[in-house]
Amino acid sequence: MYNFSQGFLVISTAMLEVDSAEVGLNYSLKSSATENISTSTNDSTGGHGSSTITTLPIVIWKWHHVETPYLVALWILTCWLCKLVAELNHNITSVIPESGLLIMMGFILGGIVWGADKAQTFKLIPVNFFYYLLPQIVLDASYCMPNKLFFSNLGAILVHAVIGTCWNAGTVGIALWGCYEGGAMGNLNIGLLQFLLFGALMSAVDPVAVIAVFEEVHVNEVLYILVFGESLLNDGVTVVLYNVFDAFVSLGGPKINAAEIIKGIISFFVVSFGGSFLGVVFAVLISMLTRVTKNVQVIEAGFIIVLGYLSYLTAEMLSLSAILSITFCGVCCQKYITANMDEKSVTTLRYVLKVMANGSETMIFVFLGLSAIDQNIWVWNTGFILLTILFIVIFRFMGVFFLNWLLNQSRLIPIDLTDQFVMGYGGLRGAVAYGLAASLDEKKIPEKNLMLGTTLIVVYFTVILQGITMKPLVQWLKVKKATQSDLTLNGKMNNRVFEHVLTAMEDICGRMGDNWWTRHWNYFEDKYVCWLLMTSDARKHKDPIFGVFHKLNLEDAKKYVNEGESKGSLAFIRNYDNASVDFKKQLALEYADIMPDIMNDMSEYDFGIDNVPVTSVMKNPLPSVSLNVHELDRKSMLNDLSAHHLLDQHLYKSRRDNRPTYSRSHYNTSENPDEMQEIFQRTMRSRLESFKSAKMGVNPAKKLSKHPKKDSTHKPNGKPADPHRTHPYGDEDFEFSADSASSSEIAGHFPRRNTNAPGAGVDNPAFIPEMDMSPPMRNPPWQTETANNMAVAPSQTAQGRLPWTPTNLRHLAPLRMSTRSTDSFAMADASVDDEAPEEKSGSHHTRL
Amino acid sequence: MGSTNSTLLKIPNVEVLMQETGLKLVAEENCLNVSPAHIIRLHDRFKALDKEGRGHLCPHDFGAIKELAMNPIGDRIIGAFFSPGKETVDFHTFVKILAHFRPVDKDRPKEPNSPEPINSRSNKLKFAFQLYDQDKDGKISRDELLQVLRAMLGMQVTDEQLESIADRTIQEADLDRDDTISFEEFRKSLEKINIDHKMSIRFLR
Repeated sequence: MYNFSQGFLVISTAMLEVDSAEVGLNYSLKSSATENISTSTNDSTGGHGSSTITTLPIVIWKWHHVETPYLVALWILTCWLCKLVAELNHNITSVIPESGLLIMMGFILGGIVWGADKAQTFKLIPVNFFYYLLPQIVLDASYCMPNKLFFSNLGAILVHAVIGTCWNAGTVGIALWGCYEGGAMGNLNIGLLQFLLFGALMSAVDPVAVIAVFEEVHVNEVLYILVFGESLLNDGVTVVLYNVFDAFVSLGGPKINAAEIIKGIISFFVVSFGGSFLGVVFAVLISMLTRVTKNVQVIEAGFIIVLGYLSYLTAEMLSLSAILSITFCGVCCQKYITANMDEKSVTTLRYVLKVMANGSETMIFVFLGLSAIDQNIWVWNTGFILLTILFIVIFRFMGVFFLNWLLNQSRLIPIDLTDQFVMGYGGLRGAVAYGLAASLDEKKIPEKNLMLGTTLIVVYFTVILQGITMKPLVQWLKVKKATQSDLTLNGKMNNRVFEHVLTAMEDICGRMGDNWWTRHWNYFEDKYVCWLLMTSDARKHKDPIFGVFHKLNLEDAKKYVNEGESKGSLAFIRNYDNASVDFKKQLALEYADIMPDIMNDMSEYDFGIDNVPVTSVMKNPLPSVSLNVHELDRKSMLNDLSAHHLLDQHLYKSRRDNRPTYSRSHYNTSENPDEMQEIFQRTMRSRLESFKSAKMGVNPAKKLSKHPKKDSTHKPNGKPADPHRTHPYGDEDFEFSADSASSSEIAGHFPRRNTNAPGAGVDNPAFIPEMDMSPPMRNPPWQTETANNMAVAPSQTAQGRLPWTPTNLRHLAPLRMSTRSTDSFAMADASVDDEAPEEKSGSHHTRL
Repeated sequence: MGSTNSTLLKIPNVEVLMQETGLKLVAEENCLNVSPAHIIRLHDRFKALDKEGRGHLCPHDFGAIKELAMNPIGDRIIGAFFSPGKETVDFHTFVKILAHFRPVDKDRPKEPNSPEPINSRSNKLKFAFQLYDQDKDGKISRDELLQVLRAMLGMQVTDEQLESIADRTIQEADLDRDDTISFEEFRKSLEKINIDHKMSIRFLR
């Protein structure tokens, strides 16, 4: 109790200090509060649990039951609150990178802990770091790796990660040893092997701060991927290298001969490539698993996390490189699981990984700062520390420049000098170095604490100092920025064309270039890998061009709805613009396999309402989502009325109303398959009826209505090859419409759409049976209606939008029949005869 | 050294060719001292393709390249080697076409009155453009676009989808609203793409 109260006093003084250090009051309060809880409860409840009870307690204080998880949770909370505080002020974060800020927070927290306990009670144990914190970060980084960029620069990344890391480890170790032998560090108990081990652990590059700066400044993607990819693989290589040297150290100097060294080198490669291979195996497993997880969509995303973690642990178990394993697992499975899983699961996975990775990153940095408060590790040796910092910077630069020079000999796009400089400068050391240093064995390495302390100083130096100067440096050097390219179909398509052209040229030259590999991998992937790892559905839709198309359409639809909603009216739904077309297409794509015919008809129907081919509306000077929605609305009112009537009568009414809204295993209640079935059956029935009646010749109107449908099924063929061919409807326009010139021009450009447009809505077979009521069957049921309306409001523009009137509608359908319909028995219909002359006069008219 | 020189001399108009294409313009003054390895290599390849030794290539010589047959737009690319109305391509033209894909050299001095190098951005784009524009009317029509798309996308998408993709692509690039893509529009639509990187082959450097 006494201890505690003393601690509390110190805490409050620490709080004051904290306040004066401009960190923010709420942070210090909260953190000290958590401190209080963790320390005080520890003290005050010591004997409570063991006391025997004399009477039945209603509630008991059971701190010891929850102590460990509670402390863990509290620390996580504390660290995350640190992040929250660190991110509060953007003026600070724009100068000091977040990782540096978190380390500083760690200092403060450590001060508080130290003040309370007079000792370092909490620290980052290497086991925790390597088993619980690091895998998440690596999995996230590898899963979010820009795949194509990564693999196309894989060579350069590997050169830097493998050769560069070995170079750094070797040179730093040897140079330090040389200086030691030269007497720069006084008397230490360190041999060459220990120096090499130290060099190995110092070669782990941590990119968090650099990547954050890169993302902010948008550096060019090659630089980005080189630093990002290198640092990721480099961690794995460092651990492998560390283990090899560690084995050498425990073997002891005298026993090392050539055979052992060769074994060491072999082990290096076996461990690295074995780990990578294991990762690929796990990636295959994950991808195959996601093929069949459709029914357990809720936990789909969890599978990837668990299996990714298992790949890490398995590699660790086999003493292969765990980091490389999980890295390649994430990189390789990404494409397939994204294709296989539901879109929601993909998003979930992304977010969960991000939360976990950012969470553990935050904890790592805070604890890095926290570790500073440990008297034991501070064995100060100025020479050792300064020389270490000097050497890691110098050799990093040397390695980067040399390797890049080597790479530039064969690169199509050489790496600039500025990029190289930034790469060299981006060699910050981070948690992996600390974790490795902390897991040094004190029995084998007597100077462990010196190494640990030096590592910490190097980490602080690089993360804070280099991190702060990174951004000004990038801006000052004018590092090439990434070209911001929007997602366009043209870009995507032409990229594909370029790839094909390049491979063709390589073939013609008879040389095996980069594209040769890409192409052969693509071929192999298409043929075997996708077959193995992707669901058949995903295979169908995996084409990137199609993917872009899909994405663009989704965006449009979203924007369209948003803009329309902001007008405060649902009228926008009836507005015409490209978004509506795209939206409908979207819908059609999704339901194409379920009810293709309905969608066909729907699309025609829609064009029918429009009266003007939809594509031509796009060309209108009207903005894509018209500002004067209501004006447009008024114009199309008469059509809308009939359309609404039809839709109201015939559209299927959903039966979803009384379904439960909560489901344990689904995000939302999805479409009922029965409903789909019902819709389908209804449509088929009505079609059958209309078909029957057409066959019997009972009702001429049905016959008339059949042709557009036929037409629609032959749409692609029915499209005239010559775009300049004048369309019959263009001249109908000409006869009566004021702005006929423009509309006929439009019609000429969009013959296909036009063909289907007029009358299609009425002819939709799904709507036929109920239309029998209107007596003059020869005319479409709304003819009279429209005629009346025309008398009321025959505005100029309205006519422009209605290229036909009921009178000339009469000969529209037969006209098309004669020119386009493939239906022979319909051709024989009597109605054709008297319309034929009309057609001639029409076409004659156009030629004028 | 002698052998390379003699090989070079066998190739007709070699100096003109190097001037025009910019292939290996290293040290102009001692042009024949530095082995223009690329030209020789291409000439070897040319001879290998020209199995009957006629000194020119016909479309079926290209068709004999196995990998090219796999290329979905391979026939268009072959077609690009033959100027309209001609059935053959000689070595000169062959190299000139390939020179489109030489990476742009930055350190080469820019003479203001020199003609535009054959590997310039717009020339690279022109090459790509004519792959679409089969009827050579200077415009990519919807049909032409559709053909290329169909070749590239293969069986994965339906005709319906293909058409809507084509429509949308044209819409995206089409600035003057004539429902075709002219070269100017084509160039505008690819403004943000680094053509120098995407249309260059390393070993032609």
